[in-house]
Amino acid sequence: MQLARVIGTVVATIKNESLEGRKLLVVQTLNKDLEPAGKPMVAVDSVGAGVGELVFWCRGKEASFPFKREDTPTDCTIIAIVDSNAHVTQG
Amino acid sequence: MIIARILGTVVSTHKDERLLGKKLLIVRPINVDGTDTTGYVVAVDTVGAGFHERVLVVAGSSARLAQGMKDTPVDAAIVGVIDTVDITAPEI
Amino acid sequence: MLLAKVLGNIVATQKNHRYENASVMLCQQITPEGEETANTVVALNAIDAGVGDTVLVVQEGWSASTAATGKSGAAIDSAIVGVVDRIDLLEDE
Repeated sequence: MQLARVIGTVVATIKNESLEGRKLLVVQTLNKDLEPAGKPMVAVDSVGAGVGELVFWCRGKEASFPFKREDTPTDCTIIAIVDSNAHVTQG
Repeated sequence: MIIARILGTVVSTHKDERLLGKKLLIVRPINVDGTDTTGYVVAVDTVGAGFHERVLVVAGSSARLAQGMKDTPVDAAIVGVIDTVDITAPEI
Repeated sequence: MLLAKVLGNIVATQKNHRYENASVMLCQQITPEGEETANTVVALNAIDAGVGDTVLVVQEGWSASTAATGKSGAAIDSAIVGVVDRIDLLEDE
Protein backbone atom coordinates (compact mmCIF):
# COMPACT_ATOMS: atom_id res chain seq x y z
CA MET A 1 0.00 0.00 0.00
CA GLN A 2 1.20 3.49 -0.74
CA LEU A 3 0.40 7.04 0.22
CA ALA A 4 -0.84 9.21 -2.62
CA ARG A 5 -2.47 12.50 -3.46
CA VAL A 6 -5.60 12.52 -5.60
CA ILE A 7 -4.71 14.89 -8.45
CA GLY A 8 -7.50 14.41 -10.95
CA THR A 9 -10.36 12.44 -12.38
CA VAL A 10 -10.86 10.17 -15.36
CA VAL A 11 -14.07 9.93 -17.36
CA ALA A 12 -14.64 6.76 -19.37
CA THR A 13 -18.14 6.26 -20.72
CA ILE A 14 -17.42 3.00 -22.47
CA LYS A 15 -16.10 0.59 -19.91
CA ASN A 16 -16.24 -3.01 -18.85
CA GLU A 17 -19.63 -3.69 -17.26
CA SER A 18 -17.98 -4.66 -14.00
CA LEU A 19 -16.64 -1.10 -13.69
CA GLU A 20 -20.06 0.55 -14.14
CA GLY A 21 -20.70 3.21 -11.52
CA ARG A 22 -17.15 3.22 -10.19
CA LYS A 23 -15.33 6.50 -9.71
CA LEU A 24 -11.92 6.70 -11.36
CA LEU A 25 -9.31 9.05 -9.92
CA VAL A 26 -5.76 9.90 -10.86
CA VAL A 27 -3.40 9.44 -7.92
CA GLN A 28 0.18 10.58 -7.54
CA THR A 29 2.10 8.27 -5.24
CA LEU A 30 4.09 10.00 -2.49
CA ASN A 31 7.23 9.09 -0.59
CA LYS A 32 7.61 9.19 3.19
CA ASP A 33 8.06 12.97 3.07
CA LEU A 34 4.83 13.27 1.07
CA GLU A 35 6.70 14.27 -2.07
CA PRO A 36 5.71 12.86 -5.46
CA ALA A 37 7.42 9.58 -6.30
CA GLY A 38 6.91 7.81 -9.59
CA LYS A 39 4.23 8.21 -12.18
CA PRO A 40 0.55 8.93 -11.56
CA MET A 41 -1.82 5.95 -11.72
CA VAL A 42 -5.52 5.57 -12.28
CA ALA A 43 -7.27 4.21 -9.19
CA VAL A 44 -10.80 3.06 -8.44
CA ASP A 45 -12.26 4.84 -5.42
CA SER A 46 -13.84 2.79 -2.63
CA VAL A 47 -14.14 5.44 0.10
CA GLY A 48 -15.47 8.63 -1.50
CA ALA A 49 -12.14 10.39 -1.93
CA GLY A 50 -11.90 13.69 -3.80
CA VAL A 51 -9.32 15.70 -5.67
CA GLY A 52 -6.61 17.13 -3.42
CA GLU A 53 -7.04 14.58 -0.66
CA LEU A 54 -4.26 12.51 0.87
CA VAL A 55 -5.14 8.83 0.57
CA PHE A 56 -3.57 5.44 0.48
CA TRP A 57 -4.13 2.82 -2.13
CA CYS A 58 -3.72 -0.92 -2.47
CA ARG A 59 -2.20 -2.66 -5.45
CA GLY A 60 -2.65 -6.07 -7.02
CA LYS A 61 -5.53 -8.50 -6.84
CA GLU A 62 -6.28 -7.40 -3.31
CA ALA A 63 -7.35 -4.06 -4.77
CA SER A 64 -10.62 -5.66 -5.84
CA PHE A 65 -11.47 -6.93 -2.35
CA PRO A 66 -13.33 -3.78 -1.17
CA PHE A 67 -15.91 -4.50 -3.84
CA LYS A 68 -17.93 -7.63 -4.38
CA ARG A 69 -15.15 -10.14 -4.86
CA GLU A 70 -15.77 -11.30 -8.40
CA ASP A 71 -16.88 -7.89 -9.37
CA THR A 72 -14.34 -5.24 -10.05
CA PRO A 73 -11.28 -5.49 -12.27
CA THR A 74 -8.89 -3.11 -10.57
CA ASP A 75 -5.22 -3.31 -9.63
CA CYS A 76 -5.19 0.04 -7.85
CA THR A 77 -7.89 1.04 -5.34
CA ILE A 78 -8.10 3.93 -2.90
CA ILE A 79 -8.92 2.29 0.41
CA ALA A 80 -8.58 5.14 2.91
CA ILE A 81 -8.50 8.92 3.22
CA VAL A 82 -5.75 10.14 5.55
CA ASP A 83 -7.09 12.75 7.98
CA SER A 84 -4.37 15.29 7.16
CA ASN A 85 -0.67 15.55 6.34
CA ALA A 86 -0.04 15.94 10.07
CA HIS A 87 -1.57 12.52 10.63
CA VAL A 88 1.39 10.91 8.88
CA THR A 89 4.13 10.80 11.47
CA GLN A 90 7.60 9.34 11.58
CA GLY A 91 9.91 8.27 14.36
CA MET B 1 -4.70 0.92 -13.65
CA ILE B 2 -2.77 2.69 -16.32
CA ILE B 3 -3.71 4.89 -19.22
CA ALA B 4 -2.49 3.64 -22.58
CA ARG B 5 -2.91 4.18 -26.29
CA ILE B 6 -3.47 1.47 -28.84
CA LEU B 7 -0.45 0.71 -31.03
CA GLY B 8 -1.74 -2.23 -33.03
CA THR B 9 -3.20 -5.67 -33.11
CA VAL B 10 -1.85 -9.19 -32.68
CA VAL B 11 -3.19 -12.12 -34.67
CA SER B 12 -2.70 -15.56 -33.18
CA THR B 13 -4.55 -18.65 -34.39
CA HIS B 14 -2.65 -21.26 -32.41
CA LYS B 15 -3.32 -20.28 -28.81
CA ASP B 16 -4.71 -21.42 -25.50
CA GLU B 17 -8.32 -22.32 -26.27
CA ARG B 18 -9.58 -20.06 -23.51
CA LEU B 19 -8.24 -17.14 -25.56
CA LEU B 20 -10.29 -18.06 -28.64
CA GLY B 21 -12.44 -15.16 -29.80
CA LYS B 22 -10.61 -12.62 -27.66
CA LYS B 23 -9.23 -9.50 -29.36
CA LEU B 24 -5.58 -8.85 -28.59
CA LEU B 25 -4.27 -5.31 -28.81
CA ILE B 26 -0.78 -3.90 -28.30
CA VAL B 27 -0.96 -0.84 -26.07
CA ARG B 28 1.68 1.63 -24.94
CA PRO B 29 1.36 3.23 -21.49
CA ILE B 30 1.09 7.01 -21.65
CA ASN B 31 1.44 9.77 -19.07
CA VAL B 32 -1.59 11.66 -17.80
CA ASP B 33 -0.63 14.54 -20.14
CA GLY B 34 -0.89 12.17 -23.10
CA THR B 35 2.83 11.79 -23.84
CA ASP B 36 4.26 8.36 -24.56
CA THR B 37 6.21 6.29 -22.10
CA THR B 38 8.40 3.40 -23.10
CA GLY B 39 7.35 -0.22 -23.24
CA TYR B 40 4.18 -1.94 -24.29
CA VAL B 41 1.84 -4.67 -23.21
CA VAL B 42 -0.45 -7.02 -25.11
CA ALA B 43 -3.91 -6.74 -23.57
CA VAL B 44 -7.25 -8.41 -24.17
CA ASP B 45 -9.93 -5.92 -25.20
CA THR B 46 -13.21 -6.18 -23.24
CA VAL B 47 -14.88 -2.96 -24.41
CA GLY B 48 -14.50 -2.82 -28.19
CA ALA B 49 -11.83 -0.13 -28.12
CA GLY B 50 -10.98 1.54 -31.42
CA PHE B 51 -7.66 2.50 -32.95
CA HIS B 52 -5.94 5.57 -31.53
CA GLU B 53 -8.25 5.68 -28.52
CA ARG B 54 -6.92 6.18 -25.03
CA VAL B 55 -7.86 3.27 -22.85
CA LEU B 56 -7.72 2.06 -19.27
CA VAL B 57 -5.66 -1.08 -18.76
CA VAL B 58 -5.82 -3.23 -15.66
CA ALA B 59 -2.87 -5.55 -15.07
CA GLY B 60 -2.16 -8.66 -13.06
CA SER B 61 -4.67 -11.19 -11.81
CA SER B 62 -7.28 -8.41 -11.47
CA ALA B 63 -7.56 -8.48 -15.26
CA ARG B 64 -9.45 -11.77 -14.91
CA LEU B 65 -12.13 -10.09 -12.82
CA ALA B 66 -13.40 -8.07 -15.80
CA GLN B 67 -16.73 -9.18 -17.21
CA GLY B 68 -16.10 -11.87 -19.82
CA MET B 69 -12.56 -12.59 -18.64
CA LYS B 70 -13.37 -15.19 -16.00
CA ASP B 71 -11.03 -18.17 -16.23
CA THR B 72 -9.13 -16.61 -19.12
CA PRO B 73 -5.32 -16.68 -18.99
CA VAL B 74 -4.63 -12.95 -19.21
CA ASP B 75 -2.43 -10.55 -17.30
CA ALA B 76 -3.70 -7.33 -18.87
CA ALA B 77 -7.17 -6.25 -19.98
CA ILE B 78 -8.58 -3.11 -21.55
CA VAL B 79 -11.53 -2.19 -19.33
CA GLY B 80 -12.44 1.33 -20.41
CA VAL B 81 -12.25 3.89 -23.19
CA ILE B 82 -11.16 7.23 -21.77
CA ASP B 83 -13.17 10.32 -22.62
CA THR B 84 -11.23 12.82 -20.55
CA VAL B 85 -8.46 12.97 -17.96
CA ASP B 86 -8.88 16.04 -15.81
CA ILE B 87 -5.91 16.99 -13.66
CA THR B 88 -7.13 19.67 -11.28
CA ALA B 89 -4.49 19.48 -8.59
CA PRO B 90 -1.12 19.18 -10.33
CA GLU B 91 0.71 20.95 -7.48
CA ILE B 92 1.23 18.86 -4.39
CA MET C 1 1.09 -10.28 -22.11
CA LEU C 2 4.48 -9.93 -23.70
CA LEU C 3 5.63 -10.55 -27.23
CA ALA C 4 8.70 -12.77 -27.35
CA LYS C 5 10.83 -14.85 -29.65
CA VAL C 6 11.49 -18.45 -28.60
CA LEU C 7 15.28 -18.84 -28.37
CA GLY C 8 15.50 -22.46 -27.30
CA ASN C 9 14.46 -25.00 -24.75
CA ILE C 10 15.77 -25.67 -21.27
CA VAL C 11 16.32 -29.14 -19.90
CA ALA C 12 16.24 -29.61 -16.14
CA THR C 13 16.12 -33.09 -14.69
CA GLN C 14 15.90 -31.99 -11.10
CA LYS C 15 12.85 -29.78 -10.80
CA ASN C 16 9.69 -29.09 -8.87
CA HIS C 17 7.31 -32.02 -9.42
CA ARG C 18 4.66 -29.76 -10.91
CA TYR C 19 7.02 -29.19 -13.84
CA GLU C 20 7.08 -32.90 -14.79
CA ASN C 21 6.54 -33.41 -18.53
CA ALA C 22 6.49 -29.68 -19.09
CA SER C 23 8.51 -28.12 -21.84
CA VAL C 24 10.47 -25.11 -20.64
CA MET C 25 11.49 -22.48 -23.16
CA LEU C 26 13.92 -19.59 -23.05
CA CYS C 27 12.34 -16.55 -24.67
CA GLN C 28 13.59 -13.11 -25.56
CA GLN C 29 11.15 -10.27 -25.27
CA ILE C 30 10.70 -8.25 -28.48
CA THR C 31 9.19 -4.88 -29.22
CA PRO C 32 5.99 -4.65 -31.31
CA GLU C 33 8.30 -3.69 -34.21
CA GLY C 34 10.08 -7.03 -33.82
CA GLU C 35 13.36 -5.83 -32.31
CA GLU C 36 14.87 -7.84 -29.50
CA THR C 37 14.99 -6.26 -26.05
CA ALA C 38 17.43 -7.08 -23.25
CA ASN C 39 14.74 -8.92 -21.31
CA THR C 40 14.74 -12.71 -21.37
CA VAL C 41 12.12 -14.85 -19.72
CA VAL C 42 11.83 -18.56 -18.93
CA ALA C 43 8.30 -19.73 -19.74
CA LEU C 44 6.47 -23.04 -19.83
CA ASN C 45 5.31 -24.02 -23.27
CA ALA C 46 1.54 -24.46 -23.01
CA ILE C 47 0.81 -24.69 -26.74
CA ASP C 48 3.72 -26.49 -28.49
CA ALA C 49 5.45 -23.38 -29.75
CA GLY C 50 8.72 -24.04 -31.56
CA VAL C 51 12.14 -22.42 -31.56
CA GLY C 52 12.07 -19.22 -33.63
CA ASP C 53 8.34 -18.66 -33.17
CA THR C 54 7.03 -15.29 -32.06
CA VAL C 55 4.81 -15.97 -29.08
CA LEU C 56 2.57 -14.44 -26.45
CA VAL C 57 3.79 -14.93 -22.89
CA VAL C 58 1.34 -14.45 -20.03
CA GLN C 59 2.97 -13.36 -16.77
CA GLU C 60 0.45 -14.06 -14.07
CA GLY C 61 0.45 -17.06 -11.77
CA TRP C 62 -3.03 -18.55 -12.13
CA SER C 63 -3.08 -18.01 -15.89
CA ALA C 64 0.38 -19.49 -16.42
CA SER C 65 -0.21 -22.43 -14.10
CA THR C 66 -3.57 -23.44 -15.57
CA ALA C 67 -2.36 -22.97 -19.14
CA ALA C 68 0.77 -25.06 -18.66
CA THR C 69 -0.36 -27.74 -16.22
CA GLY C 70 -4.17 -27.63 -16.32
CA LYS C 71 -4.30 -26.82 -12.63
CA SER C 72 -3.68 -23.75 -10.53
CA GLY C 73 -1.26 -23.43 -7.68
CA ALA C 74 2.02 -24.42 -9.29
CA ALA C 75 5.13 -22.29 -8.86
CA ILE C 76 4.90 -20.97 -12.41
CA ASP C 77 4.70 -17.31 -13.31
CA SER C 78 5.15 -17.33 -17.08
CA ALA C 79 3.66 -19.45 -19.86
CA ILE C 80 3.52 -19.31 -23.62
CA VAL C 81 -0.19 -19.13 -24.50
CA GLY C 82 -0.19 -18.17 -28.18
CA VAL C 83 1.86 -18.30 -31.38
CA VAL C 84 1.73 -14.94 -33.12
CA ASP C 85 0.84 -15.06 -36.81
CA ARG C 86 0.91 -11.38 -37.49
CA ILE C 87 1.37 -8.03 -35.76
CA ASP C 88 -0.35 -5.05 -37.36
CA LEU C 89 0.83 -1.66 -36.18
CA LEU C 90 -1.18 1.48 -36.76
CA GLU C 91 0.11 4.49 -38.61
CA ASP C 92 0.72 7.39 -36.28
CA GLU C 93 -1.99 9.98 -36.37
